Amino acid sequence: MTTTRIDRCFAKLKDEGRPALVTYFMGGDPDYETSLKIMKAMPAAGTDVIELGMPFSDPMADGPAIQAAGLRALKGGQTLARTIQMVRDFRAHDDDTPIVMMGYYNPIYIYGVERFLAEARDAGLDGLIVVDLPPEMDAELCVPALKAGINFIRLATPTTDAKRLPKVLENTSGFVYYVSMTGITGSALANTGDVSEAVARIKSHTDLPVCVGFGVKTAEQARAIGASADGVVVGTAIVNAVASVLGPDGQMTADPAEAVATLVSGLAQGVRRARLEAVD
Amino acid sequence: MNMPIQPNSFRTGPDEAGMFGVFGGRFVAETLMPLILELETQWNQAKTDPAFQAELKNLSTYYAGRPSKLYFAEGLTRHLGGAKIYLKREDLNHTGSHKINNCLGQILLAKRMGKTRIIAETGAGQHGVASATVSARFGFPCVVYMGATDVERQKPNVFRMKLLGAQVNPVSSGHGTLKDAMNEALRDWVTNVHDTYYLIGTAAGPHPYPEMVREFQSVIGTEAREQILEQEGRLPDAIIASVGGGSNAIGLFHPFLDDRDVRIIGIEAGGRGLGGVEHCASMSAGKPGVLHGNRTYLLQNEDGQIVDGHSISAGLDYPGVGPEHSWLRDSGRVEYVPIMDDEALAAFQLTTRVEGIIPALESAHAIAQAVKLAPTMGKEEIIVINLSGRGDKDVHTVASMMGMEF
Ligand SMILES: Cc1ncc(COP(=O)(O)O)c(C=O)c1O
Repeated sequence: MTTTRIDRCFAKLKDEGRPALVTYFMGGDPDYETSLKIMKAMPAAGTDVIELGMPFSDPMADGPAIQAAGLRALKGGQTLARTIQMVRDFRAHDDDTPIVMMGYYNPIYIYGVERFLAEARDAGLDGLIVVDLPPEMDAELCVPALKAGINFIRLATPTTDAKRLPKVLENTSGFVYYVSMTGITGSALANTGDVSEAVARIKSHTDLPVCVGFGVKTAEQARAIGASADGVVVGTAIVNAVASVLGPDGQMTADPAEAVATLVSGLAQGVRRARLEAVD
Repeated sequence: MNMPIQPNSFRTGPDEAGMFGVFGGRFVAETLMPLILELETQWNQAKTDPAFQAELKNLSTYYAGRPSKLYFAEGLTRHLGGAKIYLKREDLNHTGSHKINNCLGQILLAKRMGKTRIIAETGAGQHGVASATVSARFGFPCVVYMGATDVERQKPNVFRMKLLGAQVNPVSSGHGTLKDAMNEALRDWVTNVHDTYYLIGTAAGPHPYPEMVREFQSVIGTEAREQILEQEGRLPDAIIASVGGGSNAIGLFHPFLDDRDVRIIGIEAGGRGLGGVEHCASMSAGKPGVLHGNRTYLLQNEDGQIVDGHSISAGLDYPGVGPEHSWLRDSGRVEYVPIMDDEALAAFQLTTRVEGIIPALESAHAIAQAVKLAPTMGKEEIIVINLSGRGDKDVHTVASMMGMEF
């Protein structure tokens, strides 16, 4: 497979000697235009890789914050077609920042796997994370995505033991996403010592970068996790920043893009301190 | 029209990947995968382990009260004036429905796996009650997820679960029905995967659940087949069961699948009609998709978002169906037809009046199909209906439908 923006991004950060900041937001939350503005504000604020959430009615691995964000997006008229359009609109201004779409399989299955992959690639998508497609189901989307030149980023978890890890890594590309705990998005962060041990274990099996997500909300946590991981993923905190400027009827009380940018700048400082403080 | 491919036997599925044709599979988060593989290993050992089977048989007999009777419903037969109607009396089981069959099997597996905590989802509350019951019997703490709407409409069962020591967690996302309860149970499971056994209540979910639940429920069809041969000297002409997730139906159907002369009919909840979104007839009006760990027929919009359905019966109020049913539908072996809320309600009242049996609203859907079918059949013909549960839990719902209060 040829190199993608994801591969180039991690190569560059390796030279710089710092972990990546990966930020998740929900496509279409609270509406298409606002959400696109949030997306565009991310790279300038310090995001290295964008995770674009595809809303789904039944997100079984997500906590209340991302569930609510998905429902706001769906209520605002977001569809998979519009999420692809969001990639296209973003790419008109930014041809460097990697974009990974994250969500659940059914909307893609209904859209049609081949049609989705072709349109998403042409729009400028780099990678996919699909929560409910374990390696046992690789024929569904993973293998076709790799053929289409899109990275398929697999989740490894605390329950992925040494015996299973090679199977999880087999068709993974771009990076490995280590889920810091057994749980849903938005839960409390696990013990950072356990996390860095797990990262080391995965890195002994693969040359791919290993990013850690689930539970990281503050700059300090981003720094701590970034000391051992190649990237830190923040999702619920971003979605909460959007929610914090929405009134009870969903009306905006401040600019969500600004709220997100402020949070991302702080997180970006966190990951930039990660390796400096790790050495002392 | 495409002629469906007819296999030599309809009873060999699923394959090793847990597929029934294109349906089924294991569409779950990685966190759950190791556990699901472990469950499959344990299940494969248990099903051929004589000690496991003996313990299950013993509990089924002395605790649940099996075999359940196959009862010749003379009142209904006379009233409808056609085929002879038999009711498979799952309502007489301990806890009042077929759900106990599956719960006894799975609690023994949970014990075998060394798990120490049970979670379950429930719609009508029958599976919740059965889960709470076996948890009490085997000394496990039990948490039941139940949609907030269902908590409201199945109050007697909520109280029963609490008496049995279970914690009932109402779920208010979506319409607050079975689908939402299942989402929340899955979220609990990924969080507590190290000590928790998820006791799924229907023949759906990731492999090996659909197969496992079918095997535990097939006792219904196995008994019914022997009983009708003994009581009538021949197989029935038609068998009918209601389909929520599909466990009581697959339990009755599976032993008859290769009896090609037996017509098999599954009843979906037609709600207020298939025209709009107020029904739960996923196989009559939905299309294949992926939810809750398996590919199956689902109610969904053109963007692949799952749609909340409606049924008067909480146990049928689910936008999907077990994957084996989807396969049986596409292969043409089983017919799936909808019954509307008001037809089910009429069958509920009829059965109560002419048989002195108050059926569960779920089971009343199956009876309503017989109300249509029996008069078109000869007096020598036979219909077997799965009376999957008793209707005590539904009296509040029925009263309010009849404009009464008590
Ligand atoms: C009495 C009864 N029948 C049928 C059902 C539907 O479930 P299934 O389709 O799994 O049998 C339920 C579910 O709660 C039930 O309580």
